[in-house]
Amino acid sequence: METLEEKIDARPMTIPGFGRALRSEEMVVNMGPQHPSTHGVLRLELIVDGEIVVDAIPHIGYLHRCFEKHAEHMTNYQQVIPYCDRMDYVAAMNAEFGYVVACEKLLNIKVPERVEYIRVIMAEFQRIASHLIAIGTYGMDIGAFTPFLFCMRDREAILDIFEQTCGARLLYNYMWIGGLSHDVPADFAEKVKRFCKMFRGTIKELNNLLSYNKIFVERTANVGVLPADVAINYGASGPVLRGSGVKFDLRKNDPYSVYDKLEFEIPTGKGLKGTTGDCWDRYMVRVDEMEQSVNIIEQAVDKLPPGDVQSAIPKRIRPDAGEVYVRTETPKGEIGYYVVADGTASPFRVKVRPPCFVNLAVLPAISRGAMISDVIAILGSVDIVLGEVDR
Amino acid sequence: MIPQEIHDTIKTRFGDAVVEAKLDGVIDPWVKIAPDRIKDVALFLRDDEALAFDSLMCLSGIDYTGGKLGAVYHLHSIKWNHKITLKVDVTVENPHCMSVESVWKTANWHEREAFDMYGIIFDEHPDLRRILMPYDWEGHPLRKDYQVPEFYNGMKVPY
Repeated sequence: METLEEKIDARPMTIPGFGRALRSEEMVVNMGPQHPSTHGVLRLELIVDGEIVVDAIPHIGYLHRCFEKHAEHMTNYQQVIPYCDRMDYVAAMNAEFGYVVACEKLLNIKVPERVEYIRVIMAEFQRIASHLIAIGTYGMDIGAFTPFLFCMRDREAILDIFEQTCGARLLYNYMWIGGLSHDVPADFAEKVKRFCKMFRGTIKELNNLLSYNKIFVERTANVGVLPADVAINYGASGPVLRGSGVKFDLRKNDPYSVYDKLEFEIPTGKGLKGTTGDCWDRYMVRVDEMEQSVNIIEQAVDKLPPGDVQSAIPKRIRPDAGEVYVRTETPKGEIGYYVVADGTASPFRVKVRPPCFVNLAVLPAISRGAMISDVIAILGSVDIVLGEVDR
Repeated sequence: MIPQEIHDTIKTRFGDAVVEAKLDGVIDPWVKIAPDRIKDVALFLRDDEALAFDSLMCLSGIDYTGGKLGAVYHLHSIKWNHKITLKVDVTVENPHCMSVESVWKTANWHEREAFDMYGIIFDEHPDLRRILMPYDWEGHPLRKDYQVPEFYNGMKVPY
């Protein structure tokens, strides 16, 4: 890899016949807050030297809705869940999951097996849905429009399953502390199996259409390389960390719910098309993860035990004074909830460690020295949702 | 390593830097460190072979009411798979605490957030600006005694 200085030095600085170096100065370009490739309201202050990015400074907060302040002002713990939905609005199930696990740990509740399995199924469905958006929009950022339509088509099938289960398509308020809002419908297992069978074909289709497409590979391989040690030091998680070749997934390394009873692999980036940790690796980890999620769903549906999904919901949620930090794996990475209880019915403090917020902080480090158009590829490969960055 | 061993290691190395500790009867065992020593402790925790806390999971600001603020550091070691929680207490009058940005880059944005929301000043942070609120916002919104200002740049705030 060339360094930034080498890249700048390598450019032809003279006009033939004039024999004098052209004056070169840095320029500031604002990307966003209204820009289709920033996936929301992110403003990137790009300091550019010609076409090369010298520095990228993210300015966030345009979608700040005071989640943490709202949580403190709720009259009980249950009321925080809809706000969790609205953080990462394309992966609401996973955001709820972390919060309810944290509260259950604080209350010391044991949740019925059926609830755990349904939660895992929903979380994995949501992971596929979120990755489909990530992949689809990533292709679109780079110029491939068709995969986006394919991805949206299959995401729709998942949203239909959610709708039949709890009535909502995007923001569910489905996982409650100690249980679920609804049991799954009668023909759930059959529908899920039909989807899984269909979806394996889609992944193949997607690979042929996008993953190994020459134009796509040219745009993403060797771009935005994130070395493993830098990724860990920045606290990156999820596909961003695993794309750098670190085999770390909370579902395996710090198991919660019933993930330790299910068999699946952790895909990591191997640098198949370029360097380990480049944009293509991060992209491919997502594709491989979708396949693993299908495996998990199939196993979980087969193991789904009978039972009542609301039997463990406490009548009165009033945990003793104490605090807990729980982290779970969302499609974007590690979401952490630091919940402090003071013995009253409303939480004293709820702090969220949003995966997108932490992953976005890596962006300046891997954008330096890239071309402006590569910044779009890098930003898409990090897969941020501004609702979660800003909370 | 179990939390007790981690605590003992810090205690023998830094002695008076450990203000308080609670290791039993809580879900996440914690050790309270003096605000001016947190960076040294953090650097030691990261670089020591047997501890190797290479990741800062979360850094939270907190307002304990009564003029007491705090920062909470949740640490994890990918290498050894053990965890510990560090706490630092500061006051509203003297909200200074050493930054751990140079130890874990994760802390950069998290410390900016704690500064933005609680007004904790992390000394030696390279870029301590507001992050979620506008740069010219006044006050620290997550403090328990925070009053929403009536106007921001001539715009009415409570809607």
